Amino acid sequence: MADEKKNDQPNVADDIGALLTGLKTTITEAFRAPVTLEYPEDKSPRSERYRGRHYLRRYDNGLERCIGCELCAAACPVGCILVIAAENTDENRVSPGERYAKTYEINMLRCIFCGYCEDACPVQAIVLGPEYELSDTSREKFIYTKERLLEPLPPDVQARLDAKK
Amino acid sequence: MNDLYNNPIGHWVVVVVAMALLLFVVLTATAYTVWFERVGLGRLQRRPGPNRVGPFGLMQLAADGIKLAFKESFVPAKTDKIIYVMAPTIGVAAAFLAWSVIPVGLWYNVQYWIADVNVGVLVIFAVSSLNVYAIVLGGYASNNKYSLLGGLRSAAQLISYEMAMGLSLVPTFMIAGSLRLRDIVQYTVSWGPYHGPIPLILLTPIGFVIYLIAATAETNRTPFDLPEAEQELIGGFLTEYSGLKFTMYYLAEYLNVITVSALATLLFFGGWYLWFVPPVFAFLLKVVLLIFLYIWLRGTFPRLRYDMLMRLGWKVLLPLGLLNVIVTAIVLVAVQG
Repeated sequence: MADEKKNDQPNVADDIGALLTGLKTTITEAFRAPVTLEYPEDKSPRSERYRGRHYLRRYDNGLERCIGCELCAAACPVGCILVIAAENTDENRVSPGERYAKTYEINMLRCIFCGYCEDACPVQAIVLGPEYELSDTSREKFIYTKERLLEPLPPDVQARLDAKK
Repeated sequence: MNDLYNNPIGHWVVVVVAMALLLFVVLTATAYTVWFERVGLGRLQRRPGPNRVGPFGLMQLAADGIKLAFKESFVPAKTDKIIYVMAPTIGVAAAFLAWSVIPVGLWYNVQYWIADVNVGVLVIFAVSSLNVYAIVLGGYASNNKYSLLGGLRSAAQLISYEMAMGLSLVPTFMIAGSLRLRDIVQYTVSWGPYHGPIPLILLTPIGFVIYLIAATAETNRTPFDLPEAEQELIGGFLTEYSGLKFTMYYLAEYLNVITVSALATLLFFGGWYLWFVPPVFAFLLKVVLLIFLYIWLRGTFPRLRYDMLMRLGWKVLLPLGLLNVIVTAIVLVAVQG
């Protein structure tokens, strides 16, 4: 009861003290290092499992992993993957399986980077890499064709996938 | 120099050159005050602040200025066009006018001023009150309810705090016995072995505290920035302004910050006197420190509620100011007889 009454009474000395405490707090913070990153130069670290831009992988002998099964396209919640398969022949062998992907396109403007395509793939042909700076100057450039997706993976991601295998 | 000054045409030449020089210096100072505030606030919030354009981000203001200057000169529909365009002009003009009577110490016996008025402080008060018109008219002419609310709040706030600000300076005038800013700076005492100018804050510390609070309210800065109050009023009187007209309001705000800091330096901190430091550097140092104090306050305190603002102005600062005047008067009579 006595404490409650004390709290109701305005106490000028305490109030001014509180103001000065606030000033002290801010000025001590000012002399500590900034918590922000200088973005284009410094980038925050990505998780190992970060889901960025897609890659299509190859086997060590140079054959494409993709067998054109279209499971990734079926798993994709937004339908941004287009796969058109073709038969492998002995003269034109692109992948070790029966078929290969003649066309493999991902519309990056639609993609939500959920990684379901990676989960669905039976041969681990498609993986999501660490790159997230994907801006470009026209809509057409966001349709990643097979040639672009077949670019070699960054070495550290490649090493991680090799270790998992 | 004296001959030139006494010649009627030469007099005007000197005054015009002095005005042009001051305009240039004060505008540059305003630009760097904005930079200083942005870096200062950034540091207080553990950010680096602007650091992209030029070394340490020093050219940031040039970039911002060019961007704002090239914006479309847009006037919203159904506004009172003449008043809408005039309001920011009043703000800038009032902010610059105050500098006509502020003396700046350049060297030990050299000072720079445009007009040496014997009621200098009154001129500054009169001119700084014009800032209300810029805000109220801008808010009214915008034909926007948020602008109008911002303008009305501003009118109430500025009138309330003008009283406290005036009263906070009365003891200073009573002690110095003059309203001329140069005389107040050169107020001299003999205390034992010391004989020379002293900073008047030693004699009227309460006056300085009241002045500091009232001046923050007068310049519409956080924690007293109710006319703008982004979260409640979008941007208050600034809502409908863009491009160069917005720049003018912005310029006036920071110019006023420099003005009140310079005035506090002259009235309370002994102007350009500081031990062995050359006067122009002493003056600059004091003004910069006071500007930093304003940034520090902005980085620390949240905005007051409207009724708290009014209560602080009328029930705390005004009686305290009156008391300060009365006590100072009694002490002065007791000491001087």
